[in-house]
Amino acid sequence: MDNIYINSSLAILFLPLLAFTIQIFIGKRLPRQGDWVSISAILFTLLLAGYMFISMLAQYDPNFRYESSFTWMDLGDFKIRLGFLVDNITIIMLLVVALISSCTHIFSIKYLDGDIRYSRYYAYLGLFTFSMNGIVLANNLVSMYIFWELVGVSSYLLIGHWFEKESAANAAKKAFLTNRVGDIGFFIGIMTVFTAVGSFAFTDIFEGVALGSIEGATLTFAGICLFAGAMGKSSQFPLHIWLPDAMEGPTPVSALMHAATMVAAGVYLSVRLFPLMTPDALTFIAYIGGFTAFFAATIALTQNDIKKVLAYSTVSQLGYMILAVGTGVYTAAFFHLLTHAMFKANLFYGSGSVIHSMHHALHKKHDHDTDPQDMRNMGGFKEKMPITFWSMTISTLAIAGVPFFSGFLSKDAILGGTLSFAQNHPQHFLLPIFGFGAAAMTAFYMFRMIFMTFYGPSKMPEIYDDIHESPREMTGPLVLLGTLSIFVFYTLPYFNPFSTHGWFTDLIVAKDSFVPGNISAHEIAEHAHHAHMPAMILSLSVAGIGILLAGLMYLKKILSADTWAKNSGPLYKLSLNKFYFDENYDRFLYQPLMKFADKVAYFDWELYDKYFINGFGKVTSWLSNISGKFDYEGIDQGLVDGVGRSAKNVGHSLRNIQTGRIQNYILYVLAGAILMIIIQAV
Amino acid sequence: MDQLVNYLYISAILFSLGLFGVITRRNGIAVLMGVELILNAANINFVAFSRFGGMNVSGHVFSLFVIVLAAAEAAVALAIIITIYNSMQTVNVDDASRLKH
Amino acid sequence: MSELAFWLVAAITVVSAGMVVFSGQLIYSAIALLFTLLGVAGLYIFLWADFMAGIQVMVYIGGILVLIIFGIMLTHKIESVKISQTNVQRKIGAFVVAVFLLFLASSLGSAPWFQMVTTEPSETVSTVGKLLMTKYLLPFEVASILLLGSLIGAAMLSRKEG
Repeated sequence: MDNIYINSSLAILFLPLLAFTIQIFIGKRLPRQGDWVSISAILFTLLLAGYMFISMLAQYDPNFRYESSFTWMDLGDFKIRLGFLVDNITIIMLLVVALISSCTHIFSIKYLDGDIRYSRYYAYLGLFTFSMNGIVLANNLVSMYIFWELVGVSSYLLIGHWFEKESAANAAKKAFLTNRVGDIGFFIGIMTVFTAVGSFAFTDIFEGVALGSIEGATLTFAGICLFAGAMGKSSQFPLHIWLPDAMEGPTPVSALMHAATMVAAGVYLSVRLFPLMTPDALTFIAYIGGFTAFFAATIALTQNDIKKVLAYSTVSQLGYMILAVGTGVYTAAFFHLLTHAMFKANLFYGSGSVIHSMHHALHKKHDHDTDPQDMRNMGGFKEKMPITFWSMTISTLAIAGVPFFSGFLSKDAILGGTLSFAQNHPQHFLLPIFGFGAAAMTAFYMFRMIFMTFYGPSKMPEIYDDIHESPREMTGPLVLLGTLSIFVFYTLPYFNPFSTHGWFTDLIVAKDSFVPGNISAHEIAEHAHHAHMPAMILSLSVAGIGILLAGLMYLKKILSADTWAKNSGPLYKLSLNKFYFDENYDRFLYQPLMKFADKVAYFDWELYDKYFINGFGKVTSWLSNISGKFDYEGIDQGLVDGVGRSAKNVGHSLRNIQTGRIQNYILYVLAGAILMIIIQAV
Repeated sequence: MDQLVNYLYISAILFSLGLFGVITRRNGIAVLMGVELILNAANINFVAFSRFGGMNVSGHVFSLFVIVLAAAEAAVALAIIITIYNSMQTVNVDDASRLKH
Repeated sequence: MSELAFWLVAAITVVSAGMVVFSGQLIYSAIALLFTLLGVAGLYIFLWADFMAGIQVMVYIGGILVLIIFGIMLTHKIESVKISQTNVQRKIGAFVVAVFLLFLASSLGSAPWFQMVTTEPSETVSTVGKLLMTKYLLPFEVASILLLGSLIGAAMLSRKEG
């Protein structure tokens, strides 16, 4: 383990854990509640991750890869080995996690200033960073699963940070339980693979797949089960319901976990496991992703809560990434993960900044009923919060897929891949429709959010004077991530804003699937290349339509949003109420289950308990009376007490030896030693 | 003087005398003196085996450590005895038996 | 001649050690202990351990024995030289120890001792010093920590307010 990469990644992994330990035990007693401990730890990991990233760029080797493992469990023939895998994907993910986590740490200084559980908040951030890095570094499914669950726990803790609010406590529970559903699938998948291959390590599993020790329907089943874990974490349909509710947590947490890193874990898993997915499993994945992208976008169209819009937009963007995995261009999925992490975290920070100043302005007026997150109470913040406005606008341009911004590059790659997939498999014509439809809606609802928040007259003039730009700790991350949403950082060393070609595509090269008979990575890339031009034109035009429509409706007010809402009738209501998903789950899953449980309980209590169990009890009671008599008279008085009495008598006489004088004891020891010598001599 | 066994006899006698002192003396300081005798007996053995066993001076180093230990032990033991004396006005080890029962 | 000196030193050691444990007066015991320790130092010289002999005189006689005499003085009201003390379980103790010594002596006498022929080292001090700084460095440091600990412990124990 003397490799510099392994050592740095170990440090990156364990520094946040160290910060967590310090914070949870003595954080409250440290000056400033110890936030500097966490912040310096995370900045140090950022430094290390940056160092690894730069040396990765210096090597510029797409096959760069280090693996180090150790035996965790050794039960004869059955061995479980855990370890680390450091390659280009790992390093990029480590940098993303460290960067967004650092920004969140710094942003939270002011955002959670004066919070009652300030030090605990930082402790949980450290725990989360530790577990996320653990997922990224894992070279096998077991340690990935362990850290996977740890991420779930820290997400639970952070969503429920303000657990006095009932909605926050419920959201935390909902997030945890929904994730569990996916995780059970993940676990079944892990065990299916393990039973067939006999190892948890990625390399061994891929080898097993290539050799055919697991194939056909079993492999499809295993792949879909493993993907179920990703569905839970990355909040894919139908397990998407937890993510919008998770917005009850502090906004910086939403930026870190529910936009940039934790939800990306599912995508990361799919990217890592792509080589073992069969065509059937991939089709399933593509449809899940595409549908999620489209359907979450339709919900985002009508939401009024600024964070809810962003939440559904996150679900939709994650759907894009999953769609890309399903259509085979999984490097594009990872690329979108990278760019999305930057601009979506930035959007969340921006919304946090807006909410923060809204909150303070409302607080000044002693208005505690108005919702500071409702966009219908905002408007005209452009002059008041210029930094927030500009950085959010840049990120919005990026997410809408406007050229010269990062989102354009990655989205284009995904849409190109989807289009070429549909060209080769015409029966899957729905996928590009999902993709481009979602792109148009994304452009629309994102600009709707910008226009409602920053333009037009203020809808609450009484608080308008109290709206101020946020402090430097909050605008700093905004400026940094806003800058990182511009295309140049992703296309270096080339300089073509219309091509994804750059260090990323040079370093992250798609590998062939290990499933025998799958289409090769080269062919996929070739097809995607052909579809590049039409995809770009299409995506640009749909984005343009979306932006134009948003501008007409919310900026120029030429088209009335209300009339459109009325005209669309039930569709509008469906979208506003999130397709009644929670209600339907309640009615069709939860309530029937409760009724069933009631029936079972009735049977259990009225019939089983009253007659069978109680009858059994009566017989037992009668029997035990008889045996009790024998027990007391015979065994207790004679055998047990007899032993006790003799022990007591012996003890009483032995007590005289225990004088309490050390010198007596030494004498006994000496006599004992002599006795032993005699015995030995005889 | 060139026989290993002579030194061992001397050390055995010193050891037994020290043991006798530890067992019979009531005065804590006298007990401590017995302990010193035992430690000296051990030291003689170390140095004697070091000379006749061909271990060069490793035995010396060991007995050096024993002496260090004896010094530390004497300091702490006398401090304890003085504390006992201050609180109970006695230095007899069998009077200091409050922990009995 | 040196044979005679050896037996003389041995006799002094053993007899004074006997006085340490048999004397009825504590001060006499302490004085007898002085001779025992001196005798052991003499034995060290016969064993070619001149450095150890020096240490024996300095630490044991100069340090520990003085400490013991201080202890005696501090814990008795000094009205005369006679600070008598009593013994317990004398007879049985003497018997057991005598049997123990007998066994020890018989096993010592019957054992086939292997005795190496060695030459007198030219100097031991530097060798001991080198060993302490190389092979036994860790025990050496631990011993220093132990001494520090006992120093603090002794000071804390014997404070008035305890």
